[in-house]
Amino acid sequence: MSTPLSTKLIVTASPHVRSQDSTPVIMWNVVGSLAPVIVAAAWFFGASALLVIAAAALGALFTEHSLGRGGSLADGSAVITGLLLGLSLPAGLPLWMAFLGGAFGIGFGKLVWGGLGQNVFNPALVGRAFLQAAFPVAITTWPAVGGGFWTLKGDLFAFPFTHPTPDAITSATPLGLLKFEGTGTHLANLVLGNTGGSVGETAALVILAGGAFLAWKRYLNWRIPTGILLTVAAFSTVLHLIDAKRPDALFMLFSGGLMLGAVYMATDMVTSPVTNLGRWVFGAGIGVLVVVIRIWGGLPEGVMYAILFMNALVPFINRATQPRVFGTGRKAGA
Amino acid sequence: MTLASGFRHGVHPREEKELTSQLPIRRMPFPDEIVLPLRQHAGNPAKLCVKVGDHVERGDPVGLADGWVSVPIHASAAGTVTDIGLWPHPDGSMALSVTIAVDRYAPQVPRPRMVPHWEGLSVDEVVRAVQDAGVVGLGGAAFPTHVKLAPPSDHAVHTLIINGAECEPYLTSDHRTMAEYPERVLFGIRVMMHAMQVGKCVVGVERNKPDAIAALRAALPADLDITILPLTVKYPQGAEKMLIQAVTGVEVPSGKLPVTVGVVVQNVGSVAAIAEVFETGLPLIERIVTVSGHGLRRPANLIVPVGTKLRDLLTFCGGVTPDAAEVIIGGPMMGQAQANLDAPVLKGTTGVVVLEKHETRLEKVYPCIHCGRCLEACPVFLNPSLLGDFARVARYDDMVDLHLADCMLCGSCAYVCPSNIPLAQLFQASKVALRRAKAGAA
Repeated sequence: MSTPLSTKLIVTASPHVRSQDSTPVIMWNVVGSLAPVIVAAAWFFGASALLVIAAAALGALFTEHSLGRGGSLADGSAVITGLLLGLSLPAGLPLWMAFLGGAFGIGFGKLVWGGLGQNVFNPALVGRAFLQAAFPVAITTWPAVGGGFWTLKGDLFAFPFTHPTPDAITSATPLGLLKFEGTGTHLANLVLGNTGGSVGETAALVILAGGAFLAWKRYLNWRIPTGILLTVAAFSTVLHLIDAKRPDALFMLFSGGLMLGAVYMATDMVTSPVTNLGRWVFGAGIGVLVVVIRIWGGLPEGVMYAILFMNALVPFINRATQPRVFGTGRKAGA
Repeated sequence: MTLASGFRHGVHPREEKELTSQLPIRRMPFPDEIVLPLRQHAGNPAKLCVKVGDHVERGDPVGLADGWVSVPIHASAAGTVTDIGLWPHPDGSMALSVTIAVDRYAPQVPRPRMVPHWEGLSVDEVVRAVQDAGVVGLGGAAFPTHVKLAPPSDHAVHTLIINGAECEPYLTSDHRTMAEYPERVLFGIRVMMHAMQVGKCVVGVERNKPDAIAALRAALPADLDITILPLTVKYPQGAEKMLIQAVTGVEVPSGKLPVTVGVVVQNVGSVAAIAEVFETGLPLIERIVTVSGHGLRRPANLIVPVGTKLRDLLTFCGGVTPDAAEVIIGGPMMGQAQANLDAPVLKGTTGVVVLEKHETRLEKVYPCIHCGRCLEACPVFLNPSLLGDFARVARYDDMVDLHLADCMLCGSCAYVCPSNIPLAQLFQASKVALRRAKAGAA
């Protein structure tokens, strides 16, 4: 009548049950939510965008596979790094550079720190900062949108370690136009993404939709992007009111890499604070730095450096925003 | 933030109570052999008072209380003492235990005993009667109940709180006790309020037990100030500090006892056990156990003689399914997995849960990705993520600064951890390491 229990009983520590979400599930959901962003990139910049994204992702995966701990490809985090880096690059970047950026991001942005969970800086942005320093011209050569899906932009297949010949039709980004030529961009184009820029940063609405999905699934914390966007909007509104020549809040929100950065880069769990108050502080800090760099800095865009700078402050933010322990402070009875 | 009969943070594991919540309590027949460890409660283990070959009647002591924070252990069936020695204990150790071969032909009627009339007794006599009956907290921790009945005199107790939250998944023994024996629970409360000279009592019950709430309300006596308070369904609602906050709105100060805010908490099962002492004179020799889980063929709520071996209990419940893999004493959040089914049911055994292989946590552990979910789960607002980092590198003093002492090992952090990090286990190990270091220094 009764089945004797197998002699091999499982003995684990309590709790013996756990919630359904696992780290790989979270990571692969983030990857999935990037699919529409990649489609938008291909829509605006054609096959070149897909090639650049693929090259960056391959660089990241190759490095994780060869230098990371065994089996760490399966957790999905290296794919995210590669895709995000690719999405933040211009469509005409030579593929060897994109590959190198992915490899550098994983190698020096993550693995030298000890792998998943140990790094201080967002690996995708480390890769991008490396490319910005190493190839300042190539990474700021922005091909124009349109021109047919199969028309390749720039010198994608430049031989490794040679510099590309800039012969493609280029256009400045909205922020570059504003900073260096003093001209604006139509808001509708900004919101839809029909402007110059990195392949995945222009389609603000698609990015926001992906972020909303992840926030709903609780795979990203909504406080960080909300903090960033609110701060940028408020700060730039104040500046715009003081001096009308400065861009207004809508332009600031929908131009450059702000959406991609706020939704996908700043929310990287590993490199953002663990406390909710800390997340607000982190988001506000990024927002202020973005506006400061864009308005007063030498570069037209500041999202990357703003996030990297705040990444460095995360341990201090965590320490300063520890929650009040139950039964201590003013709420403790007697 | 308002706390409508609840507390902040916490988690929502699958309740799984529907397996047994509507099954009436039944009595399990006596097994052939019972094993009674002398250490079944917090404090000093009982002192052995029988020898091999002795015949004991049901209810006779086999161990006597050793000091104030200790209680006696009584034989849960008539029979012959066949062995006194080390036996597998549910906590994983080997513990001194008395084995009794149950007399199959004995009527199992306890010796006639005096039933003390509670109203005529002084407070000290009530406390003494409760200690002599071996009553301990039946919610799992097994802290001697009489100690809580006599709180230190420098604090005034204004409210008695009865814990009927039963927030652990699967467990329904308190639920069935309240639903089927509301009069007994309320009589126990009457005795306690009398003994402690407390004018007010609140019974906290999670809202997922409407029949228990209705039964208690229907049986409320007119002459006592007793409130039945429905509570938010959330784990760990039944943790003492969470329950006190839900009832009174006050946080018990860190490192202090509930009595500092004027309350004493007793478990529903303990209250029913006290009622039994003053109804029948019978000591605590059996208890209501929920035997459940998808790995068990016939889940049930049973009155089980203390000392019944897990193997006999599971066999009585129809045995286990082919995929059964883990047997837990207590609930799945804080209970203890068993390596040996010869371990017996103790006074503090609330339930026995059998999990199937796919339900266990035997999965890969990933590095912490600092998602912060554990901070939002921790009911006492600790930072389990950082504590876990420190625990892995043995930085115990830093953990003390982060209030490790306030961790009650409820497991909410480990429950939500997407990386499957055994945070509760790390914290328990850290607490043990700190205790050892302290003992070594002293």
